[in-house]
Amino acid sequence: MKKRYLALSVALLSLTLVGCPPKSETGGAGGGKTASTGDIVVGEYGSLTGNQATFGTSTHNGITLAMEEINSSGGVLGRQIKVITEDDQSKSEEAASAVTKLIAQNNVVAVLGEVASSSSMAAAPVCQSNKVPMITPSSTNPDVTKKGDYIFRMCFIDPYQGPVMAEYLVNTLKVKRVALLTDNRSDYSRGLGEAFAGRFKELGGQIVVTQSYAQGDSDFRSQLTAVKGANPEVIYVPGYYNDIGQIASQARDLGITVPLAGGDGWESPKLIEIGGKALEGCFYSNHYYAEDPSPEVRNFVDKYKKRFDNQMPDALAALGYDAAKVLADSIKRAGKTDGAALKDAIGQTKGFAGVTGMITLGPDRNPIGKKIVIVGIQNGRLALRQTIDPSAQKGATPVATATSAPTDTTATTATH
Amino acid sequence: MQEFLQNLLNGIAAGSIYALIALGYTMVYGILKLINFAHGDVFMLGSFMGFYGAGVFARITGQTGAPQPSWVMAGVILVLSMAICGFFGFLNERIAYRPLRNAPRIASLITAIGVSFFLEFGGQFVFGPDPKFFPQLVEKHLLNIGGVATTNYQLIVLVVALFFMALLQYIVYGTKFGRAMRAVSYNFETASLMGIPTDRIIVTTFVIGSSLAAVAGILNGLVYPKIDPLMGVMPGLKAFVSAVLGGIGNVPGAVVGGLVIGIIEAFVGGSRFSQFRDAIAFIILIVILLFRPSGLFGKYQAEKV
Repeated sequence: MKKRYLALSVALLSLTLVGCPPKSETGGAGGGKTASTGDIVVGEYGSLTGNQATFGTSTHNGITLAMEEINSSGGVLGRQIKVITEDDQSKSEEAASAVTKLIAQNNVVAVLGEVASSSSMAAAPVCQSNKVPMITPSSTNPDVTKKGDYIFRMCFIDPYQGPVMAEYLVNTLKVKRVALLTDNRSDYSRGLGEAFAGRFKELGGQIVVTQSYAQGDSDFRSQLTAVKGANPEVIYVPGYYNDIGQIASQARDLGITVPLAGGDGWESPKLIEIGGKALEGCFYSNHYYAEDPSPEVRNFVDKYKKRFDNQMPDALAALGYDAAKVLADSIKRAGKTDGAALKDAIGQTKGFAGVTGMITLGPDRNPIGKKIVIVGIQNGRLALRQTIDPSAQKGATPVATATSAPTDTTATTATH
Repeated sequence: MQEFLQNLLNGIAAGSIYALIALGYTMVYGILKLINFAHGDVFMLGSFMGFYGAGVFARITGQTGAPQPSWVMAGVILVLSMAICGFFGFLNERIAYRPLRNAPRIASLITAIGVSFFLEFGGQFVFGPDPKFFPQLVEKHLLNIGGVATTNYQLIVLVVALFFMALLQYIVYGTKFGRAMRAVSYNFETASLMGIPTDRIIVTTFVIGSSLAAVAGILNGLVYPKIDPLMGVMPGLKAFVSAVLGGIGNVPGAVVGGLVIGIIEAFVGGSRFSQFRDAIAFIILIVILLFRPSGLFGKYQAEKV
């Protein structure tokens, strides 16, 4: 009996230690975080572990690099910026509680994150109701910024990204038959799939079969069997990198040789590691290309490699960097860290020269005319296929400008 | 027709992994009337032991980088993983279930859920929550049999799974131990009065079930190389449904149940309703419980009052 009481009391003790975080003294809307001395505290939440771990770690590295630069050159408003990072384990339900903790306990003035749209959509209402501005570096689902006027983003949205790929397939590769395979557990994947399919059909293409899978599945053979039976020229899979590698490898096992195409969810240093040879000849739309010769990109890549052990920064690192820089710039312009003032300053961001292109936020709190690239996988490396940069040209509609592929590779080839 | 055969083959390969896991559920249920919910997580443990085993094997044999595929390595890590999981099954029974042998059955069931959580979250703590990628154990070859595309991996899964099912069938119906096991399952008290060492029989059943889960874990890693500490949850539940479908407590029933679930999933996954693939196993569970609670092969037994 005694033993049992001991166990019980240990359990209770550990509960009191772990379960009850220190009470925060504030609770009011946006209040309590406007202290004008000391560090400016910014929150970051991301998928540092779990299924989309490289999304979170890349973004985190980008933000870290940006903040170190800002702080070493004197910070903003004469104060240093301190970033507090919470891991949401790639789960959207964790994202909401991570952000709640950042706001309630750490009194952050603004929040940076997430990559996965489902997670951003779970956290955005928390930021909105507490009147803390949130900038998502790389969630592309249009609904994210519709959660409220405190929610901003740094990247293009899916209704733009999807059609660009549709146009690339129809106009450049002359593809008519596409199979669509979406992740039905991801808002990002469904939204991008619909945006792509809509434009592709408008252009006279045919979606020969639509199949879905669930994030984290390991067996895609039955869906791919149906895809194979429909005999498409390209399979459009707007999913996340972790699943893509396996989908490609199982497609090749089934004797499917046509290329896979996708969106920015493919972007990860792990993509090629997981998919290997199965991904040869596949391609996806992305926010930036790390070997872009423009000075902004070269400068960023050099600094990043120096700081992070010679790693190549991916698009999510670049967007994390841009988001942090835009936030710092907005704090400077606002002159204070009050939620409402900061929100207005972020909204007024105009012509900010970011790594991922010129950033000007529109009335819907999304950037106007962001650059988009299509990169292919050739010889186990990423190779640029096409750049579309509306901000470089006057006019509202995106105009495709095919650029020459990098010197060592030949452009196109979808007849893999 | 080709698509039909392709789906059938995919289904059988996936189903034989379910069947191996289902055998563990059904054996333990048969003997203890306990649904060992930790069993799916033992399957995960088997995969991870294979993953780390391959790394250690490569280190010992002086390779650098990723382990090179070889049949020797595949054999060694299979045996190693079975041994470790078997030992875990032993510990599990001794520490978690034996002290509750005479407690109400619900206590054991709750303990099983506890052990399951222990493995899942302990696994996240020890192995890390990020997915890992199982090394190639043997060279992969693409095969084409009459228009049906497959790999030698799927055939290996089939052959190895069938081998272990046949072995289990032999153990249960062809050995003295198996006879004792069936006796314990038929009536625990009478068996112990007849001089059968029931405790030893029960713990051995756990060891066998857990090693079969390890086999399933290795085979799963071969075909679906992504492994993570929560990978056992879904296959565990589906294997449980397979066991119920076949008639829980019935060894051949578990095999048939596993194959049926695998094949149905393959066909649903390949149809227009692919988003319902994960749901279908549970729809089957509900239907079975409504119309034939004893399963396809189970005998209906009136509860003695």
